[in-house]
Amino acid sequence: MITAPLLELQNVTIRFGGLTAVSKVNLRVNAGELVGLIGPNGAGKTTVFNMITGVYQPTGGKISFNSEATANKPPYQLTKSGMARTFQNIRLFGSMSVFDNVRTATQLHQRHGICQALWRAKAHEASEREICTTVMELLEVFSLQDFRDETATSLPYGGQRRLEIVRALATQPKLLLLDEPAAGMNPAEKDDLMQLIEFIRKRYGMAILLVEHDMKVVMGICERIAVLEYGIKIAEGTPKEIQSHPKVIEAYLGAAAV
Amino acid sequence: MPTIMKDPRVQLIAAVALAIIVGLGSGQMNSYYQGVAIDVGIAIILAVSLNLINGHTGQFSLGHAGFMSVGAYISAMMTLSFQKSMGAEMIPWMFLPALLVGGLVAAFVGLLVGVPSLRLRGDYLAIVTLGFGEIIRVIFQNVESAGGASGLSGIPKLTGLAWTFGLAAATVYAVGCLVKSTYGRGFIAVHDDEVAASSIGLNPTRYKVTAFVIGAFFAGIAGGLYSHHKTFISPQGFDFMKSFEVVVMVILGGMGRTAGVIVAAVVLTLLSEQLRSAAEFRMILYALLIIILMIARPQGLFYFSRKKRPSSIAK
Repeated sequence: MITAPLLELQNVTIRFGGLTAVSKVNLRVNAGELVGLIGPNGAGKTTVFNMITGVYQPTGGKISFNSEATANKPPYQLTKSGMARTFQNIRLFGSMSVFDNVRTATQLHQRHGICQALWRAKAHEASEREICTTVMELLEVFSLQDFRDETATSLPYGGQRRLEIVRALATQPKLLLLDEPAAGMNPAEKDDLMQLIEFIRKRYGMAILLVEHDMKVVMGICERIAVLEYGIKIAEGTPKEIQSHPKVIEAYLGAAAV
Repeated sequence: MPTIMKDPRVQLIAAVALAIIVGLGSGQMNSYYQGVAIDVGIAIILAVSLNLINGHTGQFSLGHAGFMSVGAYISAMMTLSFQKSMGAEMIPWMFLPALLVGGLVAAFVGLLVGVPSLRLRGDYLAIVTLGFGEIIRVIFQNVESAGGASGLSGIPKLTGLAWTFGLAAATVYAVGCLVKSTYGRGFIAVHDDEVAASSIGLNPTRYKVTAFVIGAFFAGIAGGLYSHHKTFISPQGFDFMKSFEVVVMVILGGMGRTAGVIVAAVVLTLLSEQLRSAAEFRMILYALLIIILMIARPQGLFYFSRKKRPSSIAK
């Protein structure tokens, strides 16, 4: 029996006015799988990403997550159903500490409300303490515990990336979507990032969809790679297959290189 | 500090008890100073509640006087009609219910205004809330049962120091507890980055509307205290300038800093009392204050970095 994929895109298309940015893309991510989505600049990677996370609504085709259609669900509802993301240009809560950035994301699975917060009942205090322990554990796992009281945006670039990933993990996702996590990183930071992604998979066993144009990162860790060019999926396969795929080489290096 | 004093509920009870004791002793106090003190307390409620909307949640509202007027009118109309039907001696018992109803109606109006307008951002939201404040004013100006343009007079004088500062303490408590809870951090998350807040499963619209409704509720309460303090209200008293005064307090105090906002509310109320003889220059002074502040200290007068403070209840 074939189990249904965690995330499935069927013939997904989006048009902005006369421009078809993404055309009939099919993609599957199974539970626990690490899939890369690559392509040259402007190929439509981030657009696909934004359709998956509910920021854009596709004009055609269907996206389903956990066998449920995601159409017309706003991003916060998709997060509740188990999708978490990071952003290409890091978006942390700038006025909060590192600790509070993660803490805010852990409330998703807590029954919290205004009344409990105002009354400060025992149950509320207990759940607040529980949240704090969870947050500290997460920070320790990702060695951010020493920075917990720092303002989030005062961390170095690599640390901010890591914090953004930790914040996404705090929502306990089934699928983690990383939008160009290696953007702006130096080679050493990229190596750290690759180790980090592998570590997350090993420890939490969740599916990861990685949008990236850094070849080294993608080839190094992904099990399966899909390649976009001009909004069309031109290839899909293992890193080895992709590396020698003529269409991919053409897309990246031009026809003459084939 | 002993642990029991750290429980915000204990702090609230202590503050309310203090307010009542001061209120009981206020017979000795010169009634002019007592009146000024009540003005200060009302300003604190207004500024702290607007701070939840403008400061913590980052939604620029210019309609606070509108919500205040709803509370002022509703509660005054209630006590006036009670006075007619039940006689004067029962009125003090009806004060708290009248205040609460005034606050709830203001909160409901806040919901009506908030749901459509909080889809807007920044300048647009400011303009819509400004327009709302004016609409409310015009409505009260034209409703006969609310006294029309000449306003309501003969409102029983029920607001005392105990009521004012008891409720001010309750406002500070409510806003403080909300913002310090994990739930309430959602307000700050929405303030910092709506898209990111949405990506961790928070519904930004819901948080904005909640902040708006809670802010409107306390503004309504402040309005009720105001009408039973001045014993006379007219639509002109709740114009744009009133909203602006509260906004100035929030900006001076440092957006999102409750303590700073309280200090600013106290200072500005006392200042405008001192400048009563030059009232027409007051707005010029406010404008100058804001301009100087924006240049010299854009983070607010009473903003101090809280970076190094350890997270509150983490073990």
